[in-house]
Amino acid sequence: MLTEEEINEIEVEIRQYPYPKVACIDALKIVQQHRGWVSDDSVKDIARYLEMSNEEVDGVATFYSRIYRKPVGRNVILICDGISCMIMGYESLYEYISQKLGVRFGETTSDGLFTLLPISCLGDCDHAPAMMINNDHFNQLTIEKIDNLLGNYK
Amino acid sequence: MERPLTRHIVTGSPPLNLKDYRKSGGYEGTIRVLKEMSPADVTSLVKASNLLGRGGAGFPTGVKWSLVPMDAGSPKPKYLVCNADEMEPGTFKDRYLLEGNPHQLIDGMIISAYAIQAEKAYIFLRWAYKKAEAGLRKALEEAYASGFLGKNILGSGFTLDISIHVSAGRYICGEETALLNSLEGKRAIPRSKPPFPAISGLFGKPTVVNNVETLCWISHLVVNGAEWFKGLSLTGTGGTKLYGVSGKVKNPGIWELPLGTTVHELIEEHAGGMSDGYRFRGALPGGASTDFLVEEHLDVKMDFSTVAAAGSRLGTGTMIILDDKTCPVAFLHNIEKFFALESCGWCTPCREGLPWVEKILDSIERGTGKMEYLDVLKFQTRYMGPGNTFCAHAPGAAEPLQSGLKYFKDDFVKHIHDKKCPWR
Repeated sequence: MLTEEEINEIEVEIRQYPYPKVACIDALKIVQQHRGWVSDDSVKDIARYLEMSNEEVDGVATFYSRIYRKPVGRNVILICDGISCMIMGYESLYEYISQKLGVRFGETTSDGLFTLLPISCLGDCDHAPAMMINNDHFNQLTIEKIDNLLGNYK
Repeated sequence: MERPLTRHIVTGSPPLNLKDYRKSGGYEGTIRVLKEMSPADVTSLVKASNLLGRGGAGFPTGVKWSLVPMDAGSPKPKYLVCNADEMEPGTFKDRYLLEGNPHQLIDGMIISAYAIQAEKAYIFLRWAYKKAEAGLRKALEEAYASGFLGKNILGSGFTLDISIHVSAGRYICGEETALLNSLEGKRAIPRSKPPFPAISGLFGKPTVVNNVETLCWISHLVVNGAEWFKGLSLTGTGGTKLYGVSGKVKNPGIWELPLGTTVHELIEEHAGGMSDGYRFRGALPGGASTDFLVEEHLDVKMDFSTVAAAGSRLGTGTMIILDDKTCPVAFLHNIEKFFALESCGWCTPCREGLPWVEKILDSIERGTGKMEYLDVLKFQTRYMGPGNTFCAHAPGAAEPLQSGLKYFKDDFVKHIHDKKCPWR
């Protein structure tokens, strides 16, 4: 079931467009904002609300990288694996973070604190290597910097 | 040297608010257009300037606008869309303009929307650009509060609303017809053309999609004129360009320079030359989907036609440097893996060809490649090339690969003969 708050937010988006199903991506983002990810039940709820088929909504949900169809940790670390970050050494930073947290790309730590994912070029190539944690952007990364950063996310 | 687009951008400082932007001469173009010019006047001016689209394809902006039906009975509403979904690997120029001076973009969008008589505009913004989003939202609020947006702008009778759509993340959204599908809430799959968006775009209505850097020019063109614009470049094409350099150089960065600045000047003077202990081997001049330039091309002027004559494309104008301590096969593997992951899967050469290419490059890099793989790669660059696909995704992916095979063939062969990567 969509909550009243979710429905209100989806309605704001629908009003911007000529017909309700245009708000499909917005609705997925809204549900994810509230619940952390988009479950099968949420796909069905959104489909019913926007008068779409479940498959159509899932087709959209699975197309976009920033819609999570599996649960993620409380914090999502997105390491830029773009070409400039590769030249500037993202691979060794990834290995370091991966060892420190005990997870590879696509996995979540057992305490549910961090999910580790790659992201394509973050558009900060002159300050590579770069990454994001949730909505926060970090660049010119070093192992020392990463040690300091991770402690800030609980 | 004039730097119209970046003059008011100070790294580390917040962008100009509306009041300071106005003091710097901002919104003068919008005011002049709404008071004195007809939509056709604006389009003629942009046509006369020969402004070429800064998103990568270099299509003349004025020509794109002139395809929009303008007679009284033309379909309504019409739409203007700003493509701010910057995601081309190695490209960081639109981020700089969005974060640095959001009012400049809004100023240009009002004039552009007026030229095609669009009453609704969208900024299609990359998810990761959080700082840009915050700055744009604030600037839009200020523009509405001061009467530059909304109903009957400055008493002219012209109405425009601008909304931000934050993308859910996918490279293909940068392709203009895929972007329109995404704005309609669908999977971002490119549309078959014709009809072109100018005739049937967003929700089937006439639509113009322009890149951030392109739209940022429009107010300057109105204030300073087409001849001024032409005089800014070194090659007569017109304008300055945001150029960037990333990789193992002393001073990676972004600079606004006259269109036609040479590869050599960019690397040596602006980027400070190669980092100590690193040698230049090649560069992708305009993002990951452009052909390699190598040592013999250092004197090439970074202009649309001259880079094309050298066998590559200006693309986004942001250069990625390949140095001698980075394996060219690993470099290409990284790029082709990106294109394989980001293929929307709609047409066969892209959906099937790119993962195949990625697997072969991975195999060569791991030392399990065979000589005949090189022929397969070469075949793939033609199979995925122009004319076989709906959009430029796979042909773009073929560009660095075909030129990489040409310029770094010895490195491929050495991987295969030695059964290992010489750089690992």
